[in-house]
Amino acid sequence: MKPFSWRSIRVWQRNRDVFFRLWHSEAPGSIAEPVIILLAMGLGLGAYVGLVDGQKYIEFIAPGIIASYAMFSASFECTYGSYIRMEYQKTYDAIIATPLSVEDVIAGEIFWGATRSLMTGTLILAIAAIFQLIPSLWALLIPPLAFLEGLMFASIAILFTSLAPAIYSFNYYFTLFITPMFFFGGVFFPLSSFPEIVQTLSWIVPLTPVVHLSRALTSGEFHIGLLWALALIVGLTALFFSISLVTMRRRLTV
Amino acid sequence: MFIIKTRNLTKKFKDLLAVDDVNLEVEKGECFGLLGPNGAGKTSLIRMITAVSPPTRGDIQVLGNDLKTHARQAKAILGVVPQLDNLDPDLTVLQNLMTFARYFNIPKNEARRRSMEILSLFELGNKRNSHIKELSGGMKRRLLIARGLINLPQIVVLDEPTIGLDPQGKYLVWDKLAELKSQGVTQLLCTQNMEEATVLCDRVAIMHQGKILSLGTPQGLIAQYAGSEVWEIEPTAEERDKTVKELESRGLGFEEVGGKIHVFQVEGSQVSRGLVKSPERVRRRPATLEDVFFRLTGRSLAE
Repeated sequence: MKPFSWRSIRVWQRNRDVFFRLWHSEAPGSIAEPVIILLAMGLGLGAYVGLVDGQKYIEFIAPGIIASYAMFSASFECTYGSYIRMEYQKTYDAIIATPLSVEDVIAGEIFWGATRSLMTGTLILAIAAIFQLIPSLWALLIPPLAFLEGLMFASIAILFTSLAPAIYSFNYYFTLFITPMFFFGGVFFPLSSFPEIVQTLSWIVPLTPVVHLSRALTSGEFHIGLLWALALIVGLTALFFSISLVTMRRRLTV
Repeated sequence: MFIIKTRNLTKKFKDLLAVDDVNLEVEKGECFGLLGPNGAGKTSLIRMITAVSPPTRGDIQVLGNDLKTHARQAKAILGVVPQLDNLDPDLTVLQNLMTFARYFNIPKNEARRRSMEILSLFELGNKRNSHIKELSGGMKRRLLIARGLINLPQIVVLDEPTIGLDPQGKYLVWDKLAELKSQGVTQLLCTQNMEEATVLCDRVAIMHQGKILSLGTPQGLIAQYAGSEVWEIEPTAEERDKTVKELESRGLGFEEVGGKIHVFQVEGSQVSRGLVKSPERVRRRPATLEDVFFRLTGRSLAE
């Protein structure tokens, strides 16, 4: 693996400029959906759900919704978004003819994907706070968590992108990987409601530790298992980040 | 002084030898043309020289930078104009240049000054706020060239810079390239347009099946392979065998193209009389680089 350099900021800046030029074409939708889900599930389904400790259902799902949509943001950005830049617009080819290397480009893409998670996570957090669903001040740490989460999901996404034979391949990514995590990652139900085997699986899919940390930060209640969650996120990020630099170099410099 | 130097440069794809042991030296300040049919390996060679594709074997030096270890330094002084449009469609014309300048770490004010200057040079000043999709094919190509100059490169590598341009656009580009050369910018020009190579290049290399077949000044190559004049003979069907025999007995180099016979290396003193009955079936014309191209790479399609 070749290291990336500070020049990756140039790719981040490029993506930022494009995003703020075209933000109205994408951003409102990406905020409206989680708010609708939060209200529909939280108020609608929540009316029938009684939690053990008397917590309101909408309060229970809010941190998971934040984590999920932060995941979606980085995932969309670094699958469809990156693939279009790479294959259709040939933006990567143009950039690697300048002093930037493949590693700089990919690191910049991942940092940008993480930034999208940060923005999405922070906005939903703010909306949830307005609805008074965020009791603890520890929730101020949710934006950095969303960024870290974004690094992890952007790295996984870019790795998949580096191997994707066609843009249709991303349908698999979302239906078989991202969407199941949304339902089995502990967002809507406590993991303990699942059979043992599903619980075990849930613990190793990358959204679960984020949901647990996010929930702890909104409630202010911590336990030792959260350290494992944090370590898992950091470890997976480092792993997928490094592999994606290698596979992308292989794909781009033929 | 050599500004680009390759040694035993080879590029192998799965079962294709795209570039086969090429030793190439480009002199500082010259315009060096790379000619060859489709699939000859020109683009593969250029991709290696611009440090975006690693060689299978061999070394490349660009202004003293070994690309294996100093690709970044080399890329900083290179301007690359690719064959396919890879302008950034998410950005406007001006933003394309400004963003590209940022990849080269050019400060914002300087980037803006250069961008404006370069846009007016390529007659795109009034399009600076347009989106890429609003540009015509010719404008895109000019912008692509303009973008390749944003870092004031010492070497410009151009892959088919005038392909798809109308004559006005083509001459504009030729003018700018000639102007760049007069400023001392080295050019490596990949082209299929023989006229372009003759007009712009100091030296050309003719590439075929991954190898450089011949290298020299356009005039030198023409003299060597085609002579000063070419006869295009159109014999009738009955005459054909006799004409061929007569050419062979005179020891003239020729090639049959469709129903025509092209005769090379004929001098003014040689006479075309006696080859065919009616003299209007022989056309005499000056030899061009195209004749050289055909003589070296053959008539049949390479792929």
